[in-house]
Amino acid sequence: MSATTYGWLVLAFPLAGSMITAFGWRALPGRSTGWIATGAIGLAFCASIGALVDLLDHPVEERQLTSSLYDYASASGLDIDLGILVDPLAVLMCLIVSGVSALIHLYSVAYMTSDQGFARFFSYLNFFVFSMLLLVLAGNYVLLIVGWAFVGFASYALISFWYRRTTATQAGMKAFVINVIGDIGLVLAAFLLFRELGTFDYLEVFDGASAAFSPDEGVVVAICLLLCLGAFAKSAQLPLHTWLPDAMEGPTPVSALIHAATMVTAGVYLIARSHPLFELAPTAADIAAFVGLATLLFAATVALAVVDLKRIIAYSTMSQIGYMIVGVSIGAYSAGLFHLMTHAFFKALLFMAAGSVIAAMANVQDTNRISGFRRAMPFTSALLIVGALALAAFPGTSGFFSKDEIIAYAVERGGIHIVLAVGMYVGAVLTAIYAFRIGFRVVAGPPCEEARELEWGRLPHAEPVNPATGESEDADVGFPGSEHHIAEREPVMRVPMALLGFGALFGGLIQIPGVTHVLDSFLEGSFEDSALYGIHPSTGDAWLGLAFGGLISIVGIAIAYYVWVARRGVGPRLAERFRHLHDFLFNKWYFDELFDALFYRPLIATGRFANSVVERVVVDGLVETAVGVVRGFGSIVRGAQTGFVRAYALLLVTGFAALGLYFLVVST
Amino acid sequence: MEEVAFFVGAIGAIGGAIAVIALRNPFYSVLALVVHLVALAGLFLILHAEFLAAAQVVVYAGAVMVLYVFVAAYVGGVEEPIWEPIPGQRLLAPVLAAALFAELSIAVLGTALTAFDSEGPTIQAGFGSPAAIGELLLEKFLIVFEAASLLLLVAAVGAIVLAGRKQEAS
Amino acid sequence: MDVTWYLVLSALLFAIGAGGVLIRRSPLVILLCLELMLNAGNLALIAFARAHGNEEGQVFALVVMVVAACEVVVGLGLIVAMFRRRLPLNVDDMRELRG
Repeated sequence: MSATTYGWLVLAFPLAGSMITAFGWRALPGRSTGWIATGAIGLAFCASIGALVDLLDHPVEERQLTSSLYDYASASGLDIDLGILVDPLAVLMCLIVSGVSALIHLYSVAYMTSDQGFARFFSYLNFFVFSMLLLVLAGNYVLLIVGWAFVGFASYALISFWYRRTTATQAGMKAFVINVIGDIGLVLAAFLLFRELGTFDYLEVFDGASAAFSPDEGVVVAICLLLCLGAFAKSAQLPLHTWLPDAMEGPTPVSALIHAATMVTAGVYLIARSHPLFELAPTAADIAAFVGLATLLFAATVALAVVDLKRIIAYSTMSQIGYMIVGVSIGAYSAGLFHLMTHAFFKALLFMAAGSVIAAMANVQDTNRISGFRRAMPFTSALLIVGALALAAFPGTSGFFSKDEIIAYAVERGGIHIVLAVGMYVGAVLTAIYAFRIGFRVVAGPPCEEARELEWGRLPHAEPVNPATGESEDADVGFPGSEHHIAEREPVMRVPMALLGFGALFGGLIQIPGVTHVLDSFLEGSFEDSALYGIHPSTGDAWLGLAFGGLISIVGIAIAYYVWVARRGVGPRLAERFRHLHDFLFNKWYFDELFDALFYRPLIATGRFANSVVERVVVDGLVETAVGVVRGFGSIVRGAQTGFVRAYALLLVTGFAALGLYFLVVST
Repeated sequence: MEEVAFFVGAIGAIGGAIAVIALRNPFYSVLALVVHLVALAGLFLILHAEFLAAAQVVVYAGAVMVLYVFVAAYVGGVEEPIWEPIPGQRLLAPVLAAALFAELSIAVLGTALTAFDSEGPTIQAGFGSPAAIGELLLEKFLIVFEAASLLLLVAAVGAIVLAGRKQEAS
Repeated sequence: MDVTWYLVLSALLFAIGAGGVLIRRSPLVILLCLELMLNAGNLALIAFARAHGNEEGQVFALVVMVVAACEVVVGLGLIVAMFRRRLPLNVDDMRELRG
């Protein structure tokens, strides 16, 4: 079978899984919906491997294969077909998405047992994977936008999964609104592309772009900036980032899948895919890179201050995606995508471990209360540390190789990109610190009450409450289920965690500078038209960068050890001494309040004004006036309706006389 | 001779008509109408409409007016109030009636139809006789004849319904 | 006599009848004035019959008489019904058409 057939299969399996679970859940007993959904994604992964194998059979220059299912629209110059593009970039993304999704599905089968919305969860999750695969396999901008929108919907549905929680539904709406803002950018970019080049198809656009646009021409910069708008909304970069921390209201597997490994990387994919356009608009690329840098640093600082465990990990996601955005904006495509892959591994692992910890804590997510689980949950603690090591880019882990490859590339390109490199090293220190903030908090220190209970074999149980507001809930549909599942007791949870741990530790070995370059050579099929792809730092420079990166990672871990293990009181004392700084960071740099004042309040005020003035006075006034006029005429006419029969007879005779007069006059 | 008869009949008719609208007591108005009808019957005779003159006297003045007399006697002579609630009616009514008369007269007098300036064509004997009318009724105007009888039937039924309705508490 | 005289007389009688309908308030008298108008029409018809020389106008007048008779029957029935319900026999008191 050809690669494109495998491509269609990759799309078909999750869609089928979603539909079967959605419509047949009543007939499927127990947890079988979960197994069906996991199986569907597993099959999609196998189909991705099939596509990979077939693609490798082709020579490097011929690895961009298209296939169209049918002509979607064909009218007066508009030619859109339902077509996919199977090339190395797409296949890599498919493998990552389907692989990590399959493992998360497996984890969820155990984690979400006892939730009343079990089947709905898997239907949504499968639909999400389908949308994400559609997004990466799309062969033209229109299908990309379709996949983009579906992913946004799936994210909304899954964030608001526990729909009876107001915090969850509000978070879902927030995510959706901000995504729509990005969608606007994407759609406008597509319009501009069509106006300039007359086509939406990727290959035609990329071929025609260099001929149609001169470097840094206004139009192409506008197109790229609009694409960036879409990318930043989806990938939670400044300033469209406020939805991601709130999205942690969704179940932990959702956070692992959507808000760590896949959906938020869609922006990175978009920029990588549109690289010919970005290479024609270096201004836009630089702006994107600096936005990525700003986000990276912002998120890292906030992750040092916030207290909710999942939100720390969310800000870490935001920060790492900043790295990826920088990477693909400056031309380090394979490095950025490599980091995407390793990040998917260790971030999903971190979320899975966090899920286990939160379950052990009976849904409490406050890091000030979590401590000392190393004896109570050895497996979870070990894998949490593995994930933290990879996040902190400890030497030898996958994160080490991928993150530092981006920084080395930035150094190699020189010029203004040195600033990017310096910023990224600073971010790396902060990353190591907060990664082990999590790690040491959860694992080290005296066991908290829940950990002690667990050591005795009792899984703590508490009244279900909303972790954010403390409102009490029940365990019926729309709220989390009553049981809590930890990895130590569920082998189904341990398998994916172990696999991801393996990937987080050893995944970096495929791109050791000077030794292996699996991804580099594989992705060449997609990026051969790129001027920047061929730039490589020399092996010596690369190893220098790696050494420096490893050093600062160890420094960061040491600082974290000092603050949170050795001298335990340092943290709160620092927070006290730098009260204002701490508050600033804790309140996420007051972005939410800023948006509230800038956008929300003026809109509400406009609405009120429209209601009180425009609606009441103008519109109602107009209508009342019209009514009054008609009523006035009516009352005039009503004067003639006296009810006296003789008066009517008089009118009759008058009319007759007038008519007679008329005829007399006419006949003369 | 004919002119004298005409003027007698005309004056009788006009007098009866004015009496109908002028007399206060409805009973007297009914009687005035009877006079008017008989005068008209005379005019019909001058116009060689013998059958119709007879019908006028027998049916109209005889049967219909007797009905009126009965009802007037039953209902009683209700005097009409003096005050006129509709503004302008008392003034406009005669004015309009006069205007109507004027227009119709102008139409008749100023017509270009020359046939009206004479007595009419010479007519054979038997004009207006019952035989002639009967012949027309049963041959040319058969459907009209039947329709008229149907109408009479409907009116009779209607009268019974109207009169037979139980008196509701009023 | 010219036919014209009869026609003018008919017009005069018709006008008098119309004026009576407008002036009088008792339903009975209004019906009488209606009779006046109908008879004026009859006179005109018969005059025309004489002018044309055939009896068709007279047949028409006969049918008009029939119609008048029917109308009188129904009209008087109404007046009797009104009287029996003790409604005032005054056309001005029936103002339900007022709007």
